[in-house]
Amino acid sequence: MHYQVDSWGYYMPRMSMGSDPMERVAKLASESAVVIFSLSSCCMCHAVKRLFCGLGVNPTVYELDQDPRGKDLEAALMRLLGNSQAVPVVFIGGKLIGAMDRVMASHINGTLVPLLKEAGALWL
Amino acid sequence: MQSFKAAATTTNPDMFCHSSIFLRGDDCNSRHQTRFPDLGELDHPAVAFHHDDAVDLSPSSIFSLKSSNVAAVANNLHYGALNTSFGSTEIVSSGTGCSNTGQFMYQKGPTFGASLGNGHLENWADSSLADKSQQTDTSTDVDTEYKNQLHGVQHGPLKVDSVDQSKSKCGDVKMLRRLAQNREAAKKSRLRKKVAYVQQLENSRLRLTELEQELQRVRQQGCFVRTGLSDSVMGNAALAFDLEYGGWLDEHQRLINDLRSAVNSHMGDNELCILVGGVMAHYDEVFRLKSIGTKADVFHMLSGMWKTPAERCFMWLGGFRSSELLKILGNHLEPLTDQQLMGICNLQQSSQQAEDALSQGMEALQQSLVDTLSSACLGPTTSGNVADYMGQMAIAMGKLATLENFLHQADLLRQQTLQQMHRILTTRQAARALLVISDYTSRLRALSSLWLARPRN
Repeated sequence: MHYQVDSWGYYMPRMSMGSDPMERVAKLASESAVVIFSLSSCCMCHAVKRLFCGLGVNPTVYELDQDPRGKDLEAALMRLLGNSQAVPVVFIGGKLIGAMDRVMASHINGTLVPLLKEAGALWL
Repeated sequence: MQSFKAAATTTNPDMFCHSSIFLRGDDCNSRHQTRFPDLGELDHPAVAFHHDDAVDLSPSSIFSLKSSNVAAVANNLHYGALNTSFGSTEIVSSGTGCSNTGQFMYQKGPTFGASLGNGHLENWADSSLADKSQQTDTSTDVDTEYKNQLHGVQHGPLKVDSVDQSKSKCGDVKMLRRLAQNREAAKKSRLRKKVAYVQQLENSRLRLTELEQELQRVRQQGCFVRTGLSDSVMGNAALAFDLEYGGWLDEHQRLINDLRSAVNSHMGDNELCILVGGVMAHYDEVFRLKSIGTKADVFHMLSGMWKTPAERCFMWLGGFRSSELLKILGNHLEPLTDQQLMGICNLQQSSQQAEDALSQGMEALQQSLVDTLSSACLGPTTSGNVADYMGQMAIAMGKLATLENFLHQADLLRQQTLQQMHRILTTRQAARALLVISDYTSRLRALSSLWLARPRN
């Protein structure tokens, strides 16, 4: 696997050729502790990435506009979330957390950090 | 007390010879200005401080003494040893009228010579009254008076029997009883005055908030008139939000006032919970209004023109900063359990982190907008460039659309911070927190009004 290290400080792995977009999403989501699906031009995605980096987490980011089959993934994510914004979407420990609003709500009510610790993305 | 120090150095040494009874007999004149605790050491009971001067202990002169110390003293008339049972603001005297007045002598230095020279107590009685009413802290005043009352009750009327010699020196029981009654009356009248003053303060505060709301509304209407009756959707949306927000503020103030009187009247937790819930639900209402306003006119919401100038200055992404709010609460929430303290600290930290993330997202948005609008384009004159220009504009429009999302996330953050705070705190703490937050906001708004109304040279 070829990994590109970005200025973000996280890995951007090459995505393997899978079949069903949903399956690919699930597979990619389970490969790392914290997975963010993003678009490089999206500023809200930028905010989410900065939130996790600020917590000391090293998220795995998939920039869908840099993936040849990114459009399919975007569509799949839109269906998953049920809204018009495909990104940003966050998975922790393979489980779907949601978009920015869910991530923030989870952080404010104190459930985000324990989840991160449980997934091994954060330690004391 | 400086006044006492002054007294110590003034010309009437006679007084201070007698004051040996009040002081530890060693060194009257060098007595420093610590006040009443000194008197705790006095164990010599009643002595007239001025044999020579006809001490005018006529009821009228003494009854005009309204300082708290009078009451304190009055209610603890003991014969026998002096003891200081309270703080520095009152003294239990040995139970004679003389020693009472002796304490006024103690307090009111500068006028000693003058008044006692005449043997009249009226002068410095009045001035000590003026002094004491300003010096004493009203709350300790009331507390100590209540304490005094208790003590007074316990000890009942004067223990006349024990000390015969003082009887002969300072008048009879009837007069002393009258003295006590009059002190009671004086105390009651002071209490009434205090209540009236507090009531006046409350009314002034209400009036102030009313005025500032009125001012804001008039200004909004003024703005509306100035911009002209615009038929544009934007103008209407902005105005609609402003009006709704004005109404929300009024209702909010009413709810807060109810909450405040509930807290002050020590209402039970069950009823208080309902009031707190009402305020929280009302906050949800403002977020709903803001959400509608954001969809209709995001720039109006971001501009903060619906807020007063001072509020607008410290605004963040269209509203208050959650982390700032928690800092404002500060020590007002104590006592907190360890768990609560940790919860509040975590909340402050996480709200700060969320704010930072959103701020950085906004910066990225601004940067990309700058990049888009400043991209090398020779203006929409040549045909090729028109396409580029329109393309860039379309991209810029897309970026602007995300502004709504940021504003929305910021409001969500604010709402969730309030809700989490409500979850962590007990009902009473939450009530206090809401009052503190509301007070801060209304003071900021009042500051705006004062600033706008300031005289300009």
